Amino acid sequence: MEIRSPVFKKNARAALVDPQLRKAMEHVKTGFIHKRALAAAALPEFEQLRDAGKAIKDLTLANLDKYLEAYEAKVTESGGHVHWAETAEDARNIVLRICQSVEAKTVTKGKSMISEEIELNDFLEAHDIRPVETDLGEYIIQLRGEHPSHIIAPAVHLTREQVEKDFRRAHTGLPPGRDLSKPLTMLAEARKVLRSQYFAADVGITGANFLVAETGTSVIVTNEGNGDLTQILPRVHIVLASIEKVVPTLSDLAQILRVLARSATGQDMSVYTTLSTGPRRPDDPDGPEQYHVILLDNGRSSMIGTEFQDMLRCIRCGACMNHCPVYHAVGGHTYGWVYPGPMGAVLTPSLIGVDKAGHLPNASTFCGRCEAVCPMRIPLPKMMRHWREREFSRGLNPATQRYGLRAWAFFAKRPRLYRMATSLAVPVLSLFGRRRGSFRVLPLASGWTKYRDMPSPEGRTFMQEWKQREARKQGGQTS
Amino acid sequence: MNQHISQSRRVGLFVTCLVDLFRPCIGFASVKLLEDAGYEVDVPMAQTCCGQPSYNSGDREDTISIARKTIEIFEGYDYIVAPSGSCAGMLKKHYPALFQDDSAWAERAKAFSAKVYELTSFLTDVAGVTAVEAALAGSVTYHDSCSGLRELGIREQPRKLLASVKGLELKEMEDSDVCCGFGGTFCVKYPDISNRIVEEKTKSIEASGARMLLAGDLGCLMNMAGKLQRQGSSIEVRHVAEVLAGMTDTPAIGRRKG
Repeated sequence: MEIRSPVFKKNARAALVDPQLRKAMEHVKTGFIHKRALAAAALPEFEQLRDAGKAIKDLTLANLDKYLEAYEAKVTESGGHVHWAETAEDARNIVLRICQSVEAKTVTKGKSMISEEIELNDFLEAHDIRPVETDLGEYIIQLRGEHPSHIIAPAVHLTREQVEKDFRRAHTGLPPGRDLSKPLTMLAEARKVLRSQYFAADVGITGANFLVAETGTSVIVTNEGNGDLTQILPRVHIVLASIEKVVPTLSDLAQILRVLARSATGQDMSVYTTLSTGPRRPDDPDGPEQYHVILLDNGRSSMIGTEFQDMLRCIRCGACMNHCPVYHAVGGHTYGWVYPGPMGAVLTPSLIGVDKAGHLPNASTFCGRCEAVCPMRIPLPKMMRHWREREFSRGLNPATQRYGLRAWAFFAKRPRLYRMATSLAVPVLSLFGRRRGSFRVLPLASGWTKYRDMPSPEGRTFMQEWKQREARKQGGQTS
Repeated sequence: MNQHISQSRRVGLFVTCLVDLFRPCIGFASVKLLEDAGYEVDVPMAQTCCGQPSYNSGDREDTISIARKTIEIFEGYDYIVAPSGSCAGMLKKHYPALFQDDSAWAERAKAFSAKVYELTSFLTDVAGVTAVEAALAGSVTYHDSCSGLRELGIREQPRKLLASVKGLELKEMEDSDVCCGFGGTFCVKYPDISNRIVEEKTKSIEASGARMLLAGDLGCLMNMAGKLQRQGSSIEVRHVAEVLAGMTDTPAIGRRKG
């Protein structure tokens, strides 16, 4: 996909005047937040589970090579294949090779953000292989030729009315008078349309929420059951996963699962939690003949040992974006690449470069709500600040901003000059503002006064007033 | 411990740059509240800014110089109190992080930070103030500024003190814990987004039915006051310290005298 992160501001301006988007984003604000709060409050050990989850991931990341090798050995033992993909291109080519080896014409797909990251659908289509998204949200945006705007709710930027229109346009064989007024009826229609695709598919591709080193198992967490059909019915199952998805043991998995759905949708558990270990065995009633896992690095290993390592604890629950006021305002597409919201603001510069994604870690008020709800306690604002530091030291931020800041810092470091300058400037500014008490327009502050009045200074500075009060007190004492 | 506290009574007031420049009455209200609680208040003249604008813009070097100066100026006091959750959070939580790899300064920064408090939390948690001598006839709503709330855990403290103000009725707004869109330099770097966020905030403020908006951070207050005023709202906006100190004779934020 085209990287549109450099034009974040332009994207934001367009998003802010989109009435459909505004309506759709109301669901994020009301639905997710409330449900997560209830789920967290209902579980007394929720906070301890967050600590435990963080500890598990920290331990894993400190020994990532070891756990990945152990995982690979177990997958191989169970008859599966592990493919190491250093780049997106490597991953795409591995998928293609596997598909071509079974002469695949149709590929069904469960929800996978890695698939978005490696831009798999366009690539498969260019090689005459038809990808069919089976997750309802992914299916909708595939119909529309869009990308996900949220990592667990890909079509959250759309209203029901928009989706109804898309269904009527795409599903031409169905009676035009049918009722599509409820999400459930739309889901039923999508199910009916997709059902035949599962049987037509030669290859099923899913993501993985976790990989378990102890057993060589890949785990998907879904609500629609589409993931199971995608991975069980075709002859070949390909798992796309990035390297940080590994956890050491099944018991570790169980612990983290207890915070995942609660943080994401407010469910105790998602409807389906499916564990896959290797291809079909002789006694199994069903399952794929081939089981492949593609382990994608794509820049992640270079985050290890840096101030961005903590980001690799992310379990992709989406809580950070659900609680982000900036995400609520502009929606996921504004971020201009695969991962939106606070987690995207940290991860995206790591994966595509801070020169392209610099706006993302800057477009945050540092309100800290993301960190407060992150089940893995990832210090997202701190890492956004680290990106700003890298930008600053490389001189990537705009010159006007740099000069303004350096000028401020120059005075802040020199108290006497600072005192002199402010004692002169503030009373003058106050004089101009005294008639209204505030300014509607103020030179050099148009970013502020475009939308709000600027309160005028009260009069002189506090320090001027204080000095006078102290002098009066001194005078009072001596006389 | 209690005995130690009763002997340690010297507070260095970190005025904050916004209060110094825009609204001295918050500084004087803070001094009154601290003096009423039995503390001796000093205002070191050499203080400037906590360094957040530099820090949050990625300028670590300047931030460290500013932080060193602030620590030097204030480390001699028993307590350092700021009428701002954001600046107090910077001094208390971020200064130690800035110096954690600096063997000469790490301990010094830690010792300094341990003595830093936001005003309302100092009054309730350290000074043990349970009621103030103030009256305000009317309804107020309280916005929880982000840093105070999430970095310092300030939520109940200002409400507890406000409950003791005679005649005051607290009408909670919805989403009082959601950011107002100020975000320091954010509001001028991304004015369009900031505007949408503050619009949502003023909607909640108006819906509360309160006639006055209070908070503990002047940056957020100026943002919300400026927006309310642009929208033609009659809601008065003040720092919580003004009400707690009974010093509401000055015009509200952004309003003219008389």
